[in-house]
Amino acid sequence: MFILPSFSFVRGEKGSEAMKIYVSGKVTEVEEHITISQLMKQQKVETPQYVTVVVNNAFLPMDRYECFWLKEGDTVEFLYYMGGGCDGTEQ
Amino acid sequence: MALSSEQLERYSRHIILKEVGLKGQKKLLNAKVLIIGAGGLGSPAAMYLAAAGVGTIGIADADEVDLSNLQRQILHSTSDVGKPKVDSARETMEALNPDVHVIPHHLFVSAENIMELIEPYDFILDGTDNFAAKFLINDACVLAGKPFCHAGIIRFHGQLMTYVTGKGPCYRCIFKQPPPKNAVPTCREAGVIGAMAGIIGCMQALEAVKYIVGAGDLLTGRLLTFDALDMEAYPVMLPENPDCPVCGTHPTILRPFDEGMVECDLR
Repeated sequence: MFILPSFSFVRGEKGSEAMKIYVSGKVTEVEEHITISQLMKQQKVETPQYVTVVVNNAFLPMDRYECFWLKEGDTVEFLYYMGGGCDGTEQ
Repeated sequence: MALSSEQLERYSRHIILKEVGLKGQKKLLNAKVLIIGAGGLGSPAAMYLAAAGVGTIGIADADEVDLSNLQRQILHSTSDVGKPKVDSARETMEALNPDVHVIPHHLFVSAENIMELIEPYDFILDGTDNFAAKFLINDACVLAGKPFCHAGIIRFHGQLMTYVTGKGPCYRCIFKQPPPKNAVPTCREAGVIGAMAGIIGCMQALEAVKYIVGAGDLLTGRLLTFDALDMEAYPVMLPENPDCPVCGTHPTILRPFDEGMVECDLR
């Protein structure tokens, strides 16, 4: 319990190691030094330009997707537009 | 208002619940709920609210029943094809429970009619199929201080959230504006599993009932997402958005407006 956090910190300093983040509530292992943009590609997020991103309970503006570097333990949510009853007729 | 012996029997399974009771059932009988869209989401919501004895149920839709609707829109039957959805909806609800006063609104919601439409109601359910209507309903409910429940479905996925003034973000806090036409997949192109409409529409009805009787925690500040393939429900905690143009600290949307008719689904 004592050693683990410092150990993961040292690994973090080296880079290119795996780290754990939470994507849609699920523990997800990703490589270190990954941006939101890269994560979206890895997670095969459909129509990423129309997805609302929440990181650590804050909305992340689209212009920060490329430069926001994730770190161990971060929580990421992808919120999608969803229509509704879908009657298939015009309004 | 005393309940008749028939009503005591009809609502006995509600009345026995400590969260509802006789008091809660009376509240339901006095409540007014508006369902916008008599489609996949509106169908189960309308039927459960009628069965629950919600005294006044408004149902708004301008469409007629189409054969392709029947895979999920359980308010309507095969013999209803071609009939206005609001008429079919009214017949189904009145047959289910004669206590319910159904008000059909045979119209599409617009900036012109939305404020007047929602005014008499205590709670609004958004069961519409296009984003222009979803944003319009959001803005109108925020401006009028009306609680409402948003929902959306596609393929095997669904989402819903509830807005109550001062209790968390609105739909526009999360999704700033409707996506451009054909930018995101629609149910017409991508499909939707019928029972998904049932699950999410029932959850909307549940939110309305909980709001009316004052039971439990509403989906305010949370967007519940449902994945039917994994059979997992996951509530996403929603941040506040003080910059929201309609419910934020310096709002720029001061009256409802039509969003350039951006459709979820164009034929």
